[in-house]
Amino acid sequence: MTEVALRTAALRKDFGGLTAVNDVALECRVGQMHAVIGPNGAGKTTLINLLSGDLAPSSGRIEILGRDVTGLPPHRISQLGVGRSYQRTNIFMRFTVFENCRLAAQSRLPSSMRFLRAAARYRAVNEAAAQAIELAELGGREQLPASSLSHGERRQLEVAMTLATQPKVLLLDEPLAGMGGEESARMVELLKKLVPGHAMLLVEHDMDAVFALAGLLTVMVNGAVLASGTPESIRANREVQEAYLGSPGHE
Amino acid sequence: MDTAIFFIQVLNSVQYGLLLFLVASGLTLIFGIMGIINLAHGSFYMIGAYLAFSLTGLIGDFWLALAAGVVVAVLIGLALEWLVIRFLYDRDHLYQVLLTYGLILIFEECRSLLWGDDVHGVPVPPALDFSIPLTENLSYQVFRVAMSAICLALAAGMYWLIQKTRLGMMIRAGSVNREMVQSLGINIGLLYRVVFALGVALAAFAGMLGSPVSSVFPGMGNQVLIVSFVVVVIGGIGSVKGALVAALAIGFADTFGKVLLPQIAGMVVYLLMAAILLWRPQGIFGKA
Amino acid sequence: MERQPRALQVLLAIGLVALAAFPLVGEKFYLQFITKLMIMGIFAMSLDLLVGHTGLVSLGHALFFGVAAYALMLLTPEYQAAGFWTSLGVSLGVAALAALIVGFFVLRTTGIYFIMVTLAFGQMTYFYVHDSSHLGGSDGKYIYVRPVLEIAGWSPFDLERPAHFYYVALAMMVFVYLMLRVLLASPFGRVISGIKENEHRMRMLGFATFRYKLVCFVLAGTLAGLAGWLAAAHDGLVNPEMLSWHQSGQLLMMVILGGMGTPSGPILGAAALKVLELVFQGWTKHWQLLLGGFIVLSVLLLPRGLAQLFESKRRD
Repeated sequence: MTEVALRTAALRKDFGGLTAVNDVALECRVGQMHAVIGPNGAGKTTLINLLSGDLAPSSGRIEILGRDVTGLPPHRISQLGVGRSYQRTNIFMRFTVFENCRLAAQSRLPSSMRFLRAAARYRAVNEAAAQAIELAELGGREQLPASSLSHGERRQLEVAMTLATQPKVLLLDEPLAGMGGEESARMVELLKKLVPGHAMLLVEHDMDAVFALAGLLTVMVNGAVLASGTPESIRANREVQEAYLGSPGHE
Repeated sequence: MDTAIFFIQVLNSVQYGLLLFLVASGLTLIFGIMGIINLAHGSFYMIGAYLAFSLTGLIGDFWLALAAGVVVAVLIGLALEWLVIRFLYDRDHLYQVLLTYGLILIFEECRSLLWGDDVHGVPVPPALDFSIPLTENLSYQVFRVAMSAICLALAAGMYWLIQKTRLGMMIRAGSVNREMVQSLGINIGLLYRVVFALGVALAAFAGMLGSPVSSVFPGMGNQVLIVSFVVVVIGGIGSVKGALVAALAIGFADTFGKVLLPQIAGMVVYLLMAAILLWRPQGIFGKA
Repeated sequence: MERQPRALQVLLAIGLVALAAFPLVGEKFYLQFITKLMIMGIFAMSLDLLVGHTGLVSLGHALFFGVAAYALMLLTPEYQAAGFWTSLGVSLGVAALAALIVGFFVLRTTGIYFIMVTLAFGQMTYFYVHDSSHLGGSDGKYIYVRPVLEIAGWSPFDLERPAHFYYVALAMMVFVYLMLRVLLASPFGRVISGIKENEHRMRMLGFATFRYKLVCFVLAGTLAGLAGWLAAAHDGLVNPEMLSWHQSGQLLMMVILGGMGTPSGPILGAAALKVLELVFQGWTKHWQLLLGGFIVLSVLLLPRGLAQLFESKRRD
């Protein structure tokens, strides 16, 4: 087995009196897609925010590639090899597609406190950006402003930017949100391509996509893990079926 | 520092702090609810002071002048909101800063045209123009005590307005979530106009009330504006409670700073702000 | 960064030639007036680095202009000249240090807080200078002799002569302009424009944005210091008005008037506003009324900012 790239233990986040994430333990290995599913309000996005450093956990522990990163700020976690995409598209709208990815790739320079040579002349950065664009199948659109892309393409760009930072761990928050059938299919293919080199944590509502992609599934309800296992075992799990088939309390 | 002097300084701190609160609460409400940064807020304080000067001379009675001045201030507020401020909603703060800065220049020049550039005084109302002896040679003017009492009454009135009335409910809702206010079917344009006029009236009232003590002079609004900004930053934007606590804190810091640290008296207030920024960048009562 | 259309480049080149040739024909009054414009141009470019390129709306930028000016005053012995490079170096150093300290505090805030806090720090310094008798209080102090540059007994220029000062200011303005163009195209420049566009995303991409903003703030403060040093040397006096928020407010107006975030915008904006001021002052004693009216109207009538006046020309 490959190494565990992402591990949480007893992870907890409270907002005032409300516990959004409660005692969550999960693992993800390189070459593995771990999907987290659950009804709205189950705490999935909060979980991703904790892993990416957007939020600091109330208690518990997060390890990335064997390092304790609990409570580190987002830019430090990113530098350790964690990339994240957002549920609501979060890109530089006024920049070109290429510049979005170039800037992302530039973050891997040891430092950007460089004042003289033009940014456009850093070859390694340009290549990393071009590669990410190629991988995300945005070739030919490099010079378009990001704001002129379609919704699906913006989501692709979001993934491309994440890839340009050359992460080991990918946190994907509903990459298929708001996509049509064809766009979805393209995104699923893209994500499938990425599984081999990455440890991927996917939060997604599209169950067809989840079962097509994930090797491991975790079901969250009310902030806590209800069940975890292979897709087959989850599909057969009675508790999960009940949670989803709508006991009215979870609406 | 002996007890009597200490006592006098405490009274001065409270009086200055409460006056500041009147100016800052309008500023913080206008920002919290309307999302407008209003640099011209200090000008209303100045306009109030000059109104007190002219109206007291005209009417002959300070309190009647005060009442008339509030009416004038409300009218100015309503007119200004209708003329210019309403075009600033949803504009970048940068343009709000610029436009309201332009307003300051206009107000200052209008003041210069109408009243000239001299320093004026407003007589203390005769009924309160006496002092309470504290020791053999120290006494405290009754008018200053009355000022604090009036400010406190206004603060209580604002508390009642915000907590207990329908307008207050809208104000509270507006400072939390603007869209919600609209979905409740509240006329947002009218709410903004009222809030703005209220803010103008508060600042002008502070200027009028303080005029017998501070005298009336060009540029007096700018000093108050900057200190009010400090109050809002310390208290947390949008929080009236924060403005009260911060204004009193500034009142004490400034008054005692002048006594205890005369070399850096002008800076004490700002050092307090810097310390708060290190500790809580969003202000004491500000939302994170 | 925006690419400049060919027409604008040609225009800039013509402008530069005209500026370089002006002392051959211009009267002393206009020579000094344009020198002031160029100094304000440097000052405006320094603020634009914050406002237009990083998205930090500072209303206390005059602080750095002022402290550098006062540093020159303190370094100049009475009736003698200060050394050119020493006084310039110390002035810039003081401005940079002030920006480092102020930036450390103000950059903890964003948006409207940032505007108010920068203003408050600016006013703090203003009141300190205003109330300090050893700094000349509200009247300020004169600098009787301008700094002198001497290399082994030989001086390449004499700042006492308006034309010489003019060329020094022109050279510095061109230097700052070119420096900023290089800076903005560099990795650092791309980072600050990313911060302006979406700071949160920059953090998630792994950039420690506070550090970049602080460096940018110090750079802008230092350049403002250069303008302040030049202004003090040129006018031969310093006073608290150099630090006042009117200075900061008008500077902001210049940046926006010329089109923020554009390379030559701040210079054009500075020139436009100063000329406007000169015209208004010629009309009436109460010229600030007209200036205020101009500012209010331009914000109201050009809802997307004043730069839109130039946009149609730039689009082709």
